[in-house]
Amino acid sequence: MDDISISIKDRKGKIHSVSAPTDMAMNLMELVRSYEIEEEGTIGTCGGMAMCASCQCYILSSHKIKEMEDDEEAMLSEAFFVKDNSRLSCQISITKDLDGLEFEIAPPS
Amino acid sequence: MIKTDILIIGAGPTGLFTVFEAGLLKMKCHLIDALAQPGGQCAEIYPKKPIYDIPGFPEILAGELVDNLMNQCKQFEPGFTLGERADKFKKLDDGTFIVSTNKGTKHHAKIIAIAGGLGSFEPRKPILENLQRYEDNGVNYIIKDPQKFKNKSVVIAGGGDSALDWTIYLADICKSVTLVHRRNEFRGALDSVDKVIELKNKNKVNVITPAEIIKLHGKEKLEKLTIKINNDLEKEISTDFFIPLFGLSPKLGPLSEWGLEIEKNAIKVDTFDYQTNIPGIFAIGDINTYKGKLKLILCGFHEATLMCQSAYKILNPGKNLILKYTTVSGVQGFDGTKKEAEKAVVKSINS
Repeated sequence: MDDISISIKDRKGKIHSVSAPTDMAMNLMELVRSYEIEEEGTIGTCGGMAMCASCQCYILSSHKIKEMEDDEEAMLSEAFFVKDNSRLSCQISITKDLDGLEFEIAPPS
Repeated sequence: MIKTDILIIGAGPTGLFTVFEAGLLKMKCHLIDALAQPGGQCAEIYPKKPIYDIPGFPEILAGELVDNLMNQCKQFEPGFTLGERADKFKKLDDGTFIVSTNKGTKHHAKIIAIAGGLGSFEPRKPILENLQRYEDNGVNYIIKDPQKFKNKSVVIAGGGDSALDWTIYLADICKSVTLVHRRNEFRGALDSVDKVIELKNKNKVNVITPAEIIKLHGKEKLEKLTIKINNDLEKEISTDFFIPLFGLSPKLGPLSEWGLEIEKNAIKVDTFDYQTNIPGIFAIGDINTYKGKLKLILCGFHEATLMCQSAYKILNPGKNLILKYTTVSGVQGFDGTKKEAEKAVVKSINS
């Protein structure tokens, strides 16, 4: 099996434990959309280019995630509700080392 | 009053291709777009990014695709109402529609094609208490008339191209310009960043980083702002205007009040011809939804093509239509031009 488990806290606070494929070049934003956890049109509106902050999330677990690139950092610097553990979920690819990852979807902005 | 056959709301790739397909069937189009230039997201958000799934183009930049689409439809002489948002529609007794924009421009058409992508791009507003109170009373998200700021003090917030460009522009006409950004780095064209640094060194603008505006003050209108610098020091500064420039975000906006059936922030359509629940109003491209919908430019092109067939029948009741191949019948523009395939030269071997 190439699937891993990921726990997603939605904008209403509900936790969703989902199975995520590691062989489909998917990112966390797409995972949220594939399970229809948030309403379409409220997450990933730029399609995953780090050009909007609609997919901002907070990483809750202690997983080591690849460092931010300039475009993600720049976008987050203009986003709202930003915390120290903020990331753009579209910039985080689903890989095996993320098994057990927990993250929360930030409010829409 | 602007009159046309098909009024297209949204001048993105799908809207522009509709002009071409409609033109082949002798229908005239006019487009309304909230942005100042055609191309929608492709032109506004990612003109320099490549797209790999446009049939026949192994790779094409989004901006180039828009240029090509404009070029492809130009002989059908589309009209444009740009920088205005389609706000209201009225269905007249004869079944035609009047659509007016936020600036009051009126359009009359028998068919409406909503090709609005994710909606109209509206400024992203910072989360600040009392922000609404000062809107148009010291807080502006869009600079329509720069002269309004002449000899005034202005605080601009943001770190992208528009924040930098307006800082440079307003430095010449304002009493003072302060640029506030949450990071020390700016995300803009290098020469704009250099220009702002130059202005800062000449004391023509103030640049405060890393910092953010946390409070607005003023009785009738905006008078002062509190800036939090380096996540620590709070400082109040007096200002006439605050201009937050945090980019644009798409909103379905007034379209959501047209009585159209909405699902998942998109307009429900019948896949026969992408007509909405209001006869005569179609929705094509990313703004529509149906079972199996994919938000791809190539799907928008397909939807535009099918939609035009039904639009033709509404505009030309009783007339039969047969699909024509452009290779066979060529393309006859409204501007008098004609493109057609060259006839093959036949020559006898014995001659």
